[in-house]
Parts: sequence; C-alpha cells; structure tokens
Amino acid sequence: MISEILQTLPQVLVDGLTLGAIYAVIALGYTMVYGILELINFAHGEIFMTGAFVGVAVLFFMSGAGWLAVMPAILALLIVLVVTSLVTGVLGMGIERVAYRPLRKAPKLITLISAIGVSFLLQDIVRFITEWKRGNYIVTGPQLFDSKIGLDFSSIWSHFNDAILKTSSVILLVSAILMMIGLDFFVNKSKWGMAMRSVAQDRDTAALMGINVNKVISLTFFIGSALGGATGVLFAMQYGTINPYIGFILGLKAFTAAVLGGIGNIRGAMFGGLLLGVLEMFASANLQKLTGGVFTAEYKDVFAFGILIIVLIFKPEGLFGKAVTEKV
Amino acid sequence: MSILELKDIQTYYGGIHALKGISLKVEKGEIVTLIGSNGAGKSTALKTICGQVQPKSGSVLFNGKNISSQPAHVTAKTGIAHVPEGRRIFPRLTVKENLEMGAFAVKDKKAIQDRMEKVFHYFPRVKERLSQKGGTMSGGEQQMLAIGRALMSKPDLLLLDEPSMGLAPVIVEQIFDIITELNKEGMTILLVEQNAFQALQVAHRGYVIQTGEIVMSGQGSDLITNEQVREAYLA
Ligand SMILES: Nc1ncnc2c1ncn2[C@@H]1O[C@H](COP(=O)(O)OP(=O)(O)OP(=O)(O)O)[C@@H](O)[C@H]1O
Ligand SMILES: [Mg+2]
Repeated sequence: MISEILQTLPQVLVDGLTLGAIYAVIALGYTMVYGILELINFAHGEIFMTGAFVGVAVLFFMSGAGWLAVMPAILALLIVLVVTSLVTGVLGMGIERVAYRPLRKAPKLITLISAIGVSFLLQDIVRFITEWKRGNYIVTGPQLFDSKIGLDFSSIWSHFNDAILKTSSVILLVSAILMMIGLDFFVNKSKWGMAMRSVAQDRDTAALMGINVNKVISLTFFIGSALGGATGVLFAMQYGTINPYIGFILGLKAFTAAVLGGIGNIRGAMFGGLLLGVLEMFASANLQKLTGGVFTAEYKDVFAFGILIIVLIFKPEGLFGKAVTEKV
Repeated sequence: MSILELKDIQTYYGGIHALKGISLKVEKGEIVTLIGSNGAGKSTALKTICGQVQPKSGSVLFNGKNISSQPAHVTAKTGIAHVPEGRRIFPRLTVKENLEMGAFAVKDKKAIQDRMEKVFHYFPRVKERLSQKGGTMSGGEQQMLAIGRALMSKPDLLLLDEPSMGLAPVIVEQIFDIITELNKEGMTILLVEQNAFQALQVAHRGYVIQTGEIVMSGQGSDLITNEQVREAYLA
C-alpha cells in the first residue's frame, strides 16, 4: 500500500498544489478583510465566481473579435486577468461601500447576514446575465492553453510514477505565486501596506496619523477582490466549465484555509491554502486504499476537514497564530 | 489670535453628556494643562479637538479656523498631533514603522529622516530599538515612542493625554523634562493630566475640569497654591 501511495505522490503534489494555489489566493481576500474589519466577507467566494464569468466573457468577446487567433495566448491571458481584476476589485469596493460600511457600528453578526445576502445576489445576477446572453448558466470558455507536460519523477526515484502537468497548471501556479509574493511585498514593504497594517491594529490611532481609514478599507477590498477575481479566471482556465455556484464551496474551503493558517495572517492564508489543496488531493487519491475501500474518493473533504478540526483543537489560533507576521 | 480656542463645546456619547459647555484658550508657545479626576471629560476634550468625536454644538478654532466638524485624519494633517491616552503604539509595527506612521502625510523622504534624527535627539532609547515590535517595548519606552511619533508630523500644537500614566517616578520626571524642553524650543502644548502637581509645575496656565465643566482656571503657579485645588487634586 505504501508503495502505491508513493507511486501517485508526484501527481498528488502537482494537482494538490494547483488546487491549493487557488485556495490560497482566495484565502488572502478573506484574511485581509477579516484582519482589518473582523468581518467574514462571505461574499468573497462569489467575487471569485464573478471573476471566472467576467474572464470567460472577456475571452468570448476577444475570440468573437478574432483577437485570440492573432495574439499569443499569454498576452490574451494577461489582458483577461487585468480587466477581470479591475472589474472585481471595483465590485468588491462597491460591496463594502453599499452593504458593509453603513453597518460598521452594528454587531458583526448583522454584517455577516448582509454579506450572505450579497452572496445570493451575486449568484443570481451572474446566473441571470449568463442565461440571458448564452441560453445556459453553465458555460465553458475558450481554452487558451491545452497542452500537457510530462514530469519525469521516476528518474528521480524509482518508486515514483511520472506526473502529468497541464500547461494551464504551470501558468496558474506561476500567476498565483506572483500574486502572493506581490501582495506580501506590498503589505510589508510599501507605505500603503503599512497603512493597512496600522488600520488593522488600531483604527482610531491610524486616523490620528492622518490616515483616511475608509480609503484604506476600500483599498483592502479592492486588492482582495481583484486577487479573488483573477483567481476565478485561472480557475476557469484550469477546470474548463463554470457555473454560478462554484464560489460557494470553493469560498468555504478558502475560508477554511485562512482559518487553518490563522485568520488575519497573510502568510498563514497562503500556507493554509496550499496545505488544504494537497490534503484534499491526497485524500482523493488514497482514501480508498487507506480505508480498504470503506471510504471512496468522494469522502476527501471529510479527510481534509477532519485534519482541520484536529489542528484547530490543538491550535485554535491556526497554524501561524498571530505571532509570526503582521496581521492585516 | 489664540492658536486654539474652544467655545462652549457640548459633547455627547449617546445619552451621556460628557462636555457641558467647555471654553478654553491656548496661546502660541504656551503649555496649558487640563486637570481633573477620572471621568471628568479630559480625554473627551482632546478627542473633540482632534476630531475623533464631533461636538453637538460649540466651536473649535485652530488658528482662527473652525475645525469642529473636521474628521480626525484631516485635522492630523493640518498641524495638530494627538498623543492618545494609553499611548496606543501600533503593537505589531516596528518602532521605526511607528515613527514613519507619524509622518504618513509627509512625502519628502529627507524631511522624514531629519525629523527622525530630532526624535532620537530627545529619546536616544528609541533609536536603540528601531527594529523591535512596538508592543514589546516597556511602558516608558512606549510613551517616548508615542511622543516621538507625534513629533514626526511636526505639529504646531501637541495634545498630550496623561503621559505620566502608569510610569515609575523617574520616568515621569524624564517625560516632564522633555515636555519642558520641547516647549522651550517653541512647541505649543495642551497637557491633560491627573498628576496635577507635576502638570501645574511645568504649565504656564491651567484649567480644572469637573464632570464636564471648567470649574477653575489660572496661572499654573496660582492653581498649585490654591486651597480648593490642593484639597481636591494634590492631597
Ligand atoms: N466611548 C464612550 N462611550 C460612552 N461614554 C463615554 C465614552 N468615552 C467616555 N465616556 C464617558 O464620558 C465621560 C468623560 O470621559 P473621559 O474619558 O473624557 O474622562 P477623563 O477625564 O479622560 O477620565 P480619565 O482620567 O479616567 O481618563 C465619562 O463619564 C465616561 O464614562
Ligand atoms: Mg482620559
């Protein structure tokens, strides 16, 4: 059994990190907003979903205009990512302005309900528009990258099988890593990143320093939502078909990843996301073997969330707690 | 024209009437102290000046301009620095970042560097701890950092809310020395204190506040010998 698990390990890692990168970037949006407002922005999963649809819409448009045929796929992706990030960034800022800011002094539970309301609203708006434009709310966008790369793991160690890596996974991983490094750098090294950290730590005192707290909160929503939307594009590219409900379960898992890493902690969210992705893929590949067929791969979430519960029982503040890096 | 003038300020927290018609003046170059016991409204007065709370009526004139409904982040950029009660250092920013926060609105890197040197001149201890997290500093060090952070904005008026709170007598002595030194170099200071004796010693003038009202005012040296003040605050 061990040898079977070992054989599939390279593929599990490749798939797990790909999925985990998606969780990680979405988790950043949850953790940033939580850090600054102590609010679980329940609508963040829907921002991700909206990003996937906006991205596909832009791709359809570019394909219809004949641009896709003449420009390199990477350039097309870049355009889609930029347009989508701007759209979802502004959307996230708007949601905060309309649905959360008026409730800033209300109990957190009220704001949470407002966030859940926004979630349903976004699902239905996206569904309505997509059905109206394409006749079906489940869509498969044009694929930019469909080649695969074989990874020769067996020559590294004979117990490993080779793994297959889709080109889109490489692009997804590289983009996600760039987004994470970029954000980490922005938050820890730039002036506005410092402003975000200060607002997260003590809003009133940040205002005394001349910082417009509302502006910083808007900025936080913009960045978190832009990253979430861009991840939606990467998701659509990786897994092909999307529907308006993908944001719910993915958002829940990304939120879980944020909690696993220590909610409010940016590096924790990145690590939590990658870990959850790998755990989930590991369970999906091996659960049947490990349990002698009692549990099939469908139970992968039970395995992943079981580990989460165990971690949280022993370390309720999450793996990275608050002590390691700045809370935002 | 006074650098700061409060005219009949009424401030409420919901139903709580915290300031019941406060009027006071601070002239350029003065140290003015506002003394009073717990809950008298001292902090509320400072918060009303800097825009953290808005008065229901009355006006706050800064250099003759009414700033009473201006949000705190705007006031901070126009020359009033507030060192809040309890110091409020950003606990997970480094000491250096805390200082940089004080000069957030300043774009000129050179000016920021110069001001930081100035802060190091007053508080050499702060310089030794630049990369330490603010929250791990001792109470006295945090107070020095909080004052240093306020100086980074190069204010015309410095509001200090109980800088001696919770500090050992030696450190309190040091803090009051610095306050005097800053003032000698031209800084105008409005100092809120429960430590009335020390505050009245360094201040030119003082106001006594009691349950939201000014009940007495005068020269620091007069108040310190005043029978009622001695009984209530210096016993
Ligand atoms: N955020 C608030 N909400 C409601 N009431 C408040 C609030 N802040 C202060 N108060 C009330 O306003 C009154 C004045 O408080 P303030 O903090 O100004 O007193 P203080 O003179 O600074 O006291 P201390 O010396 O204890 O700091 C008190 O009765 C206090 O309970
Ligand atoms: Mg007070």
